[in-house]
Amino acid sequence: MSNQQKHWEKTRGLLFITLAIWFVFSIGIFLFGAEMNEVTGPFGYPWTYWFTCQGSLGAFVILIFWFANRQEKIDEEFGFSEREDE
Amino acid sequence: MKGNFIDNLPKVYGIYTGGFIGFIIIMAIAEQMGMTAKAIGIAFVAFTVFIYALIGWLSRTAQADAYYVAGRQVPTVFNGMATAADWMSGASFVAMAGGIYFKGYGYMALLVGWTGGYVLVASLLAPYLRKFGCYTVPDFIGTRYGGNLARFSAVVVLTVASFTYVTAQINATGTIASVALDIPFQYAVYVGLISILLCSMLGGMRGVTWTQVAQYIVLIIAYLLPVFWISNKMGAGFFPHFMLADEVARIGELEQQFGFVKNAAADLKSVPKGLAGITKAHSAVNATPWAFISLALAMMMGTASLPHVMMRYFTTPSVKAARKSVGWSLFFIFLLYSSAPMLATLSKLSLIDPNLPTGIIGKTFAEVEAIDWYQNWNQANLMFISDFNGNGTLELNEFFMGGKAVVLATPEIAGLPYVISGLVAAGGMAAAMSTADGLILAIANAISHDVYYKIIDPKAETAKRLLVARVLLVVIGFAGATIAAMEIQGILGSVIWAFDFAMSGLFFPLVLGVWWKRANRQGAVAGMLGGLIAGAWYLIWVRTGGSGFLGITQLTFGIFGSAVSLVLMVVVSLMTAEPDKATQKMVDDVRVPSGKTILGKSH
Repeated sequence: MSNQQKHWEKTRGLLFITLAIWFVFSIGIFLFGAEMNEVTGPFGYPWTYWFTCQGSLGAFVILIFWFANRQEKIDEEFGFSEREDE
Repeated sequence: MKGNFIDNLPKVYGIYTGGFIGFIIIMAIAEQMGMTAKAIGIAFVAFTVFIYALIGWLSRTAQADAYYVAGRQVPTVFNGMATAADWMSGASFVAMAGGIYFKGYGYMALLVGWTGGYVLVASLLAPYLRKFGCYTVPDFIGTRYGGNLARFSAVVVLTVASFTYVTAQINATGTIASVALDIPFQYAVYVGLISILLCSMLGGMRGVTWTQVAQYIVLIIAYLLPVFWISNKMGAGFFPHFMLADEVARIGELEQQFGFVKNAAADLKSVPKGLAGITKAHSAVNATPWAFISLALAMMMGTASLPHVMMRYFTTPSVKAARKSVGWSLFFIFLLYSSAPMLATLSKLSLIDPNLPTGIIGKTFAEVEAIDWYQNWNQANLMFISDFNGNGTLELNEFFMGGKAVVLATPEIAGLPYVISGLVAAGGMAAAMSTADGLILAIANAISHDVYYKIIDPKAETAKRLLVARVLLVVIGFAGATIAAMEIQGILGSVIWAFDFAMSGLFFPLVLGVWWKRANRQGAVAGMLGGLIAGAWYLIWVRTGGSGFLGITQLTFGIFGSAVSLVLMVVVSLMTAEPDKATQKMVDDVRVPSGKTILGKSH
C-alpha cells in the first residue's frame, strides 16, 4: 500500500470517529430527550435543555479543533503537510 | 502595504472596537443631555454603515484573485469572525430568541442544526475545497466532474438556494432601516440594498471580508451587552449563561400555575397578523424525537451545502488554516447562539412573572395599557392584549407579541437606556447586511465566473470579467430588493427553505466529489437536478395541501430532496463509465494538503 493510501485510510478513520461523536451530540442524545430532561444537569438546568442551549454547541466547537489537530498530525506523519512557502 | 495590513490586523480591529465602544459611550452621554431616541437610532445606523462603506472603498481591487477569494491571505481567526457574520443573518439576530421564546424545545433544533453543520463542513468539505483552489462552489463541481452541464447545474442550485435566502436578508435590512431611520419600508429596502452594495461592489470578496469582520464586532457587542445588562439588572445572575437555572425553573412553575389556555378561533381573529401568544412549554421537551432530529439534520446538511459559507474557506492561506478557521467560525457563532436562549428566558420571565415589577400577567388591562413601553410596541404592531374572558385582568393567553420584540423590546422593558436600543438596531443591521453581502456575492460570482467566463467567453480579460461581476452584483441586488419589497414570506421561513434547497441539490455532489472517486459527471448532474426538482416538488406538494410522508414537513423537505439526490447519484454513476484517470488523479491530489492547488492561483 502506498504512502498516500495509508494516509487516506487514517484520514478516513478520523472522519468516522469525528462523525460518530458528532452523531451522539446532534442526534443520539435527542432520541432520549424527554427522559433526560427529567434529570438535573450542569448549572442546575435540565439535561436536554442544557444540551440544546450550550452543551451540544460547545461540544461541536471542541470537536472541530480536536479534529483539526488530529488531521494535522496525520498529515505530518505521512509527510503531506504544507510547507510554509507554498 | 498589503502584507503590512495583514500583519497589523489585530491592531486595526482593536482600534476599531475601541472606537465603536467610544461611540456608544458618547451616545449614552448625548442621551443624558437630551438627544432624542430617534436621533440616536439614526446616528447608530448611519455611523456604522458609513464605516462599512469606507472599508469597502479602501478594499477596492482590480485583481481577479483579490475580487474572488480576497487574495487567499485572510488569517484563521479573522476568517472565523467574517464567517460568523456571514452566517448569522437577520434571522439569527432578530428572530432566533423570539423563536425560542414562543416554541421552546422544538425550535431549539435550529440551534443544534446551525452549529452541528460546521462539523460536517470541517471534516467533509472545507479543507478539500480549499486545496482545490476554486473561486466558487460551481468551480469545484465543474472541474471535478467536468463539463458545462455539471457546472451549470451547480449554478442553478446555488442561485435557487441563495436567492431564497437573500430576499429575506434584504427584507430584514429594510425592516431595521425603516424603524431606525423612520422611513417607509418600500424605500428602506433600497437604502439597505445600497449600503450592502457599497461594501461589496468595489472590493468583491476582499471588501466583503473586511467589512464582515467589522460587522461581527458590532453585532456581537450589540447582542451580548444587553443580555448581560438585563440579567444583572433583574438580579438573575452576573453571568446569565451559568446562572439562569432558577429562572428557567420559575418559568416552568408559572406555566403550571397559569396553564396553556387554548383561545377560541374567533378570538384569535382579532389578533394582528404575525403576533403570537405563549402556547408551548419553555424548557420541557415538547416535540417528538423525529421532529427535533429531522429539523436539526436538515439544517446541518444545509449548512454544509450553502455556497456563501463554503466560499469563505477559499480565502484562507492554507488547507491547515481552513480547518482551524471552521473551528473559530463556530466559536464566534457559539457566543451569540448560546446567548439567545438566555435572552428568551430573561425576556419571558420579566413579562410573565407577577412578582417582578415588569411582569404584566395578572395586572389589569388599564394598568398595562398605561405602560409606556407597551404603548410604543403596541403602536409598532409588535404587542397586543385583548380581554377574551372579560374579567379585566391580563391572562397568559391574552398577551400577544411579535417574535422580533424579544430582541428589540426586552432592553426597553427592562428599563435600559435608549442607547442600547440604538445599538441593537445597528447590530441587527450589521447581521442582515453581512449575510446579504455574502449571498449576493456568491450568486454574482457564480454567474460571472462560471457562466460568463468559463462557459460563454473563456477569453475575456480580467477587467471585463470584473466589470461583468460588478454589474451582476447590482442586478441581483436590485432583483432581491424588488422581491423583498413585496413582502411575500416571513424572514425565518425562507431562510430555512434556503437550507433545504441547498442540501437537496448540492450536499451529495459536493461530499461524494471528494470522498467517492467513482462518482462521475452523469451521476453528479442527475444528483443535482434530480435532488433539486424532488425537493421543490415536495415543498409545493405539502404547501398545496399534500399530507407528506415520514413526518417530513415543508421545513425539512431537504431530507427528501437529498435522499433522492444520493440515490440518483449512486445509481447513475454506477450505470455509466467511471471517471477517467486524470480525474481520479485529481481526486487523489485533493485528498492531501501538500502540493499545488488543482486550479491555478489565477484562473
